[in-house]
Amino acid sequence: MTNHWIDIGNSDCILISGSNAAENHPISFKYVVKAMRKGAKLISVDPRFTRTSSKADIFAPMRSGTDIALLGGMIKYILDNKLYNKKYVSAYTNAPFIVGKKFSFKNGLFSGYNRKARKYDKSTWAFAMDKKGVPKMDRGLKDPRCVFQLLKKHYSRYNTKLVSQITGTSEADLKKVYKAYTATGKTGKAGTIMYAMGWTQHTVGTQNIRTMAMIQLLLGNIGVAGGGVNALRGESNVQGSTDHCLLWHIWPGYLKTPRASNVSLAAYNKKWTPKSKDPISANWWQNYPKYSVSMLKSFFGDNATKAKAFGYNWLPKVDDGKAYSWLDLFDEMYKGTVKGFFAWGQNPACSGANAGKNRQAMKNLDWMVNVNIFDNETGSFWHGPGMNPSTIKTEVFMLPCCVSFEKEGSVTNSGRWSQWRYQGPKPLGNTKADGDIMMELGFKLKELYKKSGVFPEPIMNLKWDYMTNGMYDSHKVAKEINGYFLKNVDFPKKKKSFKKGQLVPSFAYLKADGSTSSGNWLYCNSYTEKGNMAARRGQEDAVNKIGLYPKFSWCWPVNRRIIYNRASVDLKGRPWDKKDWVVKWTGKKWIGDVPDGGWPPLGSLEKPNPKSKWAFIMRKHGHAQIFGPGRADGPFPEHYEPLECPIEKNFMSKERMNPTAAVYATDADAYLTCDPRYPLVGTTYRVVEHWQTGAMTRPQPWLLEMQPQVFVEMSEKLAKLKGIKNGERVLATSARGSLECTAIVTKRFKPFKIGKNVVHQVGFPWCFGWRWPETGKEESANLLTPAVGDPNTRIPETKAFMCNVSKL
Amino acid sequence: MPGKSFFVDTTVCTACRGCQVACKQWHGLPAEKTVNRGSYQNPADLSFVTYKLVRFEEVVVKKKLKWLFFADQCRHCLEPPCEMTADDPTAIFRDSATGAVLYTANTKKLDAQAVIDSCPYNIPRAAKDGTLAKCDMCIDRVENGLLPACVKTCPTGAMNFGSRKEMLALAKKRKAKVKGAKLLDAGDIRVIYMVTEDPKLYHKFAVASIGAFDVSRAVAMKRMVRPLTDLTARL
Repeated sequence: MTNHWIDIGNSDCILISGSNAAENHPISFKYVVKAMRKGAKLISVDPRFTRTSSKADIFAPMRSGTDIALLGGMIKYILDNKLYNKKYVSAYTNAPFIVGKKFSFKNGLFSGYNRKARKYDKSTWAFAMDKKGVPKMDRGLKDPRCVFQLLKKHYSRYNTKLVSQITGTSEADLKKVYKAYTATGKTGKAGTIMYAMGWTQHTVGTQNIRTMAMIQLLLGNIGVAGGGVNALRGESNVQGSTDHCLLWHIWPGYLKTPRASNVSLAAYNKKWTPKSKDPISANWWQNYPKYSVSMLKSFFGDNATKAKAFGYNWLPKVDDGKAYSWLDLFDEMYKGTVKGFFAWGQNPACSGANAGKNRQAMKNLDWMVNVNIFDNETGSFWHGPGMNPSTIKTEVFMLPCCVSFEKEGSVTNSGRWSQWRYQGPKPLGNTKADGDIMMELGFKLKELYKKSGVFPEPIMNLKWDYMTNGMYDSHKVAKEINGYFLKNVDFPKKKKSFKKGQLVPSFAYLKADGSTSSGNWLYCNSYTEKGNMAARRGQEDAVNKIGLYPKFSWCWPVNRRIIYNRASVDLKGRPWDKKDWVVKWTGKKWIGDVPDGGWPPLGSLEKPNPKSKWAFIMRKHGHAQIFGPGRADGPFPEHYEPLECPIEKNFMSKERMNPTAAVYATDADAYLTCDPRYPLVGTTYRVVEHWQTGAMTRPQPWLLEMQPQVFVEMSEKLAKLKGIKNGERVLATSARGSLECTAIVTKRFKPFKIGKNVVHQVGFPWCFGWRWPETGKEESANLLTPAVGDPNTRIPETKAFMCNVSKL
Repeated sequence: MPGKSFFVDTTVCTACRGCQVACKQWHGLPAEKTVNRGSYQNPADLSFVTYKLVRFEEVVVKKKLKWLFFADQCRHCLEPPCEMTADDPTAIFRDSATGAVLYTANTKKLDAQAVIDSCPYNIPRAAKDGTLAKCDMCIDRVENGLLPACVKTCPTGAMNFGSRKEMLALAKKRKAKVKGAKLLDAGDIRVIYMVTEDPKLYHKFAVASIGAFDVSRAVAMKRMVRPLTDLTARL
């Protein structure tokens, strides 16, 4: 979230799309209700009428996988009706930037496409630069090659008639949505988006989010209270785990995982540190080497000497151009190249796309370690449906861990708040905290490497001193994440001095010379000499009274509750929204939220105050990106059909699917489009009664009582066509697998009119698995979904695929 | 009127069913064996071990689809027909401080069907041995200054609890703000529901049917000896 949960209550219009917040983030509705009671409109866009839709002022049904068409139509509506905040767009976004001559878009493809490699040469999307090396701009937004004009041209095709043909949403509904949401472009109004996996789990997932981010920028909704782009994270600490490098392509704090071609620390830092020639651009990532070196110091301590490049060479590098995502790992496991697997707090036998492939893949392992609070379908895969245990050689170790409430530590919520939790009950029986399991594992590896082993340095040099009295100490880790001064350090300009051993007060003090450590620069400021900031429970609101509560827990970065807040004011530092303002320039300083840097306001665009900085400090050029030349699949989002779709031809262009989507080719990866055997659009979702694969909730009798069985929801019309009665068991099938489930025949699904055809959609919850309930008949809906990925993130497309449903 | 009341604002209920689970948890009630019957509503109905149930109805009103949620429970009537029907304060009685209508193990001795039939909201449920059970307003929590479990767990403010005066004021305030809102039987009961549609669309027994308080002969007999003011207050 750019903003945070409480801030939803400040919104004037809430769009919930790609999310079913009422069911999957029930507490969020506390703030949705708060906003609505102050007059906010709630819009629900979803293939199915959900519990969220039941509370909405406007419900607009749309076919799964067509969000860019729907949102692209909104961009056109904003531009056609001049509903954008021109001052904001011109000053804070890259709409004025001139794009280089090589850029083009024809027949559904951007310039630079290589069909053989299924990749773009992104250099063709570069901005035109002036002599100083700063992007050329037309702040008047009139130059035909400026981003704003190219945007207009690109989305001129997204008229409501065409959008309606693609999405199946009626033109009247589209207009209702557009009108209500774009009203927040008015100065002083704020609209917010609450989205989740319904937007991300597509081959165009990243671009779905980008389209909305562009809308928010056009309407001036980024940085303001009640605005922003808000990802509702699916687990209590998934924000924290992502911040601390859950994903393969990032190190902690969103630093890059080094590529093989980054042959030295110097080469690595050079490659990933952006350089701006614009003196008004803060270009915050210019500090990259301070963060990467401080991280290495925290990993390897005194062993990380400058002569040894602070231990850079001990860390693994990934091959250039190769992906190591979830989909790739299971693909390799299926092919037999991956031999060992830690399944830590996860259940890929149910949660992963094409779960049948994952289960088969596990047969190729020599060993698997399942760390979980309960046995699950993953640890027990070898005696699951269709498995013959006598032929499976995989050795499975079960390490029972304790639950989150039985240990102390931090949890970072969707709003980026790191919240310290104390230990409740002691761990049950012989279960252990994950931290203890990891510490022991580390010590054992060190012991073994001490005897022998190839390339022992990474393990032997690990600092690994996070224990107190023989137990994992979460305070030690939290302090390590924050970082220490490793020498006495003076900052003459800041008139500050620090002693060796002191905690670093914020990332502005981190250094690239090895004199500081920080396990994650973004969290530097979270545990300082003033104490554990995440453990704070101050109930006082800030001066602007918009629900920031700055002394409750701690928020990255540097306790800034609403990021990009320098865009919430005009060039003079006066808030767009006089009532619910975020920051304000008093003439001497900023008040309100922690500002995005303490520099004075710009003053004017023609002659900006030389002491000031452009508003979007994390971007190289200081401007938010309406044109995003860094993405794998194009600088502007374009509608492509899901990999499996119900129509032969994309109404938008000749390219049916995302031309850069990640596809896999094992015999377990079947994809079928427009196949008469699989005529129905399928999607998956969660229910409020179960959590993720249900490993924690299915054994809970009160929850199972409410949702006892896997089901398929379908319209009354489809049920009639198929002769299916409400409540009867049916068989769902896709190119990959089948699923027995109970039919819920409902008015909440309606057939879509797609072009001239009627397309039916069905949906399945993915919270079941054979291990529990004890009948063993309630299986995972991911047996049906395809393992195909977004080219930027490799998130799987589980939210739109083709299937069939028939009577048993 | 002293004592406590609930205000249930169905317009902000998301049917998360936190209340349904919290009720089972606080009362230590077992789960029932259920199947998916083509609806989210589960268990299918209230029972001896299910005091609180969120009912789901899909209806079309003026061509618009509505998914109506109704967190059903005992209304704790100001003058409970069940209490009158039982006519045994060791089995069914009203708590003087809160007004909670409470059932004891002695309900086993009652004519269970007569008590059930007397309830205009179809709430009490009998065990095999005839013992009756229903919502007890979490009287043990309330007496100790806590909110009822269902209210405590509600994320949206659909479930509210407090003094009757406060709840009536809140209900009035909310009714004034929501177009087409109506309060159900507010003058007769301690669980005041606010709805926007025809109450029968939510649940057959959302409101007491006309003459509902006359269903049982025992009640009718009682009424004959009650002061007239009580009767006129109902009209």
